[in-house]
Amino acid sequence: MTMPRRRAFIAGAAGVAGATLGLGGCRRGDADAPLRFWAMGREGEVLETLLAPLLREQPRLRVRVEKLPWSAAHEKLLTAFAGDATPDMAQLGNTWIAELAALGALLPLDAGAAGLDAADHFAGIWRSNEVDGRLLGVPWYIDTRLMFYRHDLFRRAGVPSMPGDWPGLVRALDALQRSGVAHPLLLPLNEAEPLLALALQQDDPLLRDGGRYGDFRSAGFQRTLAFYIERFARGHAPFLTNNQISNLWQEFGRGSFAAFISGPWNIGELDRRLPTELQGLWSTAPLPGPVPGGRFGASTAGGSSLVVFKRSHRQQQALQVLAFLGRPQTQLHFHALTGNLPPRRSTWALAPLAGERRAAAFLQQLELAKPTPAVPEWERILQEMQLQAARAHRYGTPVADAAAALDERVDGFLAKRRWMLARGALRARAA
Amino acid sequence: MNRALAGWVFIAPSLAVIGLFFVLPVAAGLALSFSDFDLYALADLRNLRFAGLDNYRQVLALPLFWKALGNTLYFVVAGVPLSIGLSLACALLLQSPLARFKPFFRTALFAPVVTTVVAVAVIWRYLFHVRYGLLNAWGASLGLAPVDWLGDPAWAMPAIILFSVWKGFGANMIIFVAALQAIPLELYEAARIDGAGRWRQFVDITLPMLGPTLLLVGVLTMTGYFQLFAEPYVMTQGGPLESTVSVLYLMYEEGFRWWNLGRASAVAFLLFVLMVAVTRGLMHLARRTEEPK
Repeated sequence: MTMPRRRAFIAGAAGVAGATLGLGGCRRGDADAPLRFWAMGREGEVLETLLAPLLREQPRLRVRVEKLPWSAAHEKLLTAFAGDATPDMAQLGNTWIAELAALGALLPLDAGAAGLDAADHFAGIWRSNEVDGRLLGVPWYIDTRLMFYRHDLFRRAGVPSMPGDWPGLVRALDALQRSGVAHPLLLPLNEAEPLLALALQQDDPLLRDGGRYGDFRSAGFQRTLAFYIERFARGHAPFLTNNQISNLWQEFGRGSFAAFISGPWNIGELDRRLPTELQGLWSTAPLPGPVPGGRFGASTAGGSSLVVFKRSHRQQQALQVLAFLGRPQTQLHFHALTGNLPPRRSTWALAPLAGERRAAAFLQQLELAKPTPAVPEWERILQEMQLQAARAHRYGTPVADAAAALDERVDGFLAKRRWMLARGALRARAA
Repeated sequence: MNRALAGWVFIAPSLAVIGLFFVLPVAAGLALSFSDFDLYALADLRNLRFAGLDNYRQVLALPLFWKALGNTLYFVVAGVPLSIGLSLACALLLQSPLARFKPFFRTALFAPVVTTVVAVAVIWRYLFHVRYGLLNAWGASLGLAPVDWLGDPAWAMPAIILFSVWKGFGANMIIFVAALQAIPLELYEAARIDGAGRWRQFVDITLPMLGPTLLLVGVLTMTGYFQLFAEPYVMTQGGPLESTVSVLYLMYEEGFRWWNLGRASAVAFLLFVLMVAVTRGLMHLARRTEEPK
């Protein structure tokens, strides 16, 4: 290396180091630095448009939206915490809240504060934002699972509309099979949400003793598991994973299956992807419930929430943004931009959302949504549940044995949590 | 004395780099494998417990670990010979005096090596598709029933092997081509004069002369194949029914998906021990076969 070049190299290295320090300084100290807001997927893309009115109202407020892909978001959040680089606020899948709460990363919110009207939110979704009795996030948009179905195929089979209970659903599926749809209900084997939704319909909780042990041996879960597996055994559902269905919408349009359980984004997808002649032929309906003669059952309480980080130096500004995004008018704008369903009843009451026929079923289902146990280990438990169900079908394991095996695995995942609870490092609440 | 000091000063930068970026992380990983470092410990170090050999015991008692080990061994035992065999065959074809357009074929066969796993995996997922895939289309023209390559637990691993062999054989092929060019032509000439056929020439000249290269390629390929990760990560996410979970994939899930870094480190060290043992075995075998000559 010649002398001038070496000097350039050293200068460059110093520059890089300086820039790094500068960035670090920016993040910590500088009061004029913009608010860092992490958002995922489509939401990240529209956030700047959505925030524009607020920024006009408050010229001094500056927001920098940083977009993450959904697939990497979870890891990024955890590593950001480990590296002391969390943003000021973020969009968070509401099943992740318990995990970040266990880290102590989130700022507890004042449920009575302006713009946070608990009574205006759906109870199940609201509770999914609470850990140990503290509110840590505000619902931003909501996601629950219900039935999408082809009512023309149902009618051809002699079923006027989606039945409200399990026995009715079974009769409808039988009739559909007779009418020529070989596997009328799609339940992808690697997707846990349909089984979870059916499990939440039972009165038995999924974990017991304040989230210390799994309770999948309960009569309720075993009934759900038996019902789920029987759908495959009787051919009501095809034995397929998501990877094997090349194009869900196309197959639905073709009538390869007559119903599937999915979330709100598919309203937009089906609107866009199905040809016009099929547009009048599909509907949405709440999930049938397990009680014979009963009227529809519960479902999942998913979606994204907005959270503020404890380490943020701009919590006041973050709360302002939070309140703005919670306004019904903003939420309506957000719905228009993304199709995401708003979490507040007062937003649902506004036109044009109030007139949307297919969204109405979601409104009905949302009132029945139930949160999952708020333990950090939940994602893993969910994956194990789905795996054991798929396995029980494939290897013909009796339902009771599959449930026992699942409990044993789940108890293992929760061992550390039990130790933490025993020494008082965590507070337990009936999970 | 002075000379020794000067020596140390000269290697100090390298030593520092190796110490900082290799020895230290490995030692930290080993220490981690004796603890139960997880999400809770990340929040507060007081939640960290010394676990002794618990992680190792738990991993060894985990059915999924044995399944992952079985899957990995399946991949190694089927994939390594296939990969080496294919590279050797292609190298021989390229070296054959009858071959035309050699530089073109050499480049074409080497091309998959320089492609990105992720991008190519997307294309291969189409090739493997049950209904619209090229592989099943060929099978159908031969009258074979369609195979659900990535959805059937029995076929997912063969599909991954096929993909990996295609992706990797070019590198070994180039090494073999170089080694083949180093074999003196006089040997073949002498053998021909003695009346040896093509097969005898291959068995008695080509293979023994390739011995050291074969060992090198074998060890390199095997260590690479034991570290199966990207292919199942991109193509199957370990499924269907855990049939493509490899040891490294298990480690990734434990460590970065569930944040059980203690247990993930234990898995890593178990894999390390296994690879050392197998490599040693291979070297030993090679030495034994060389000695009688």
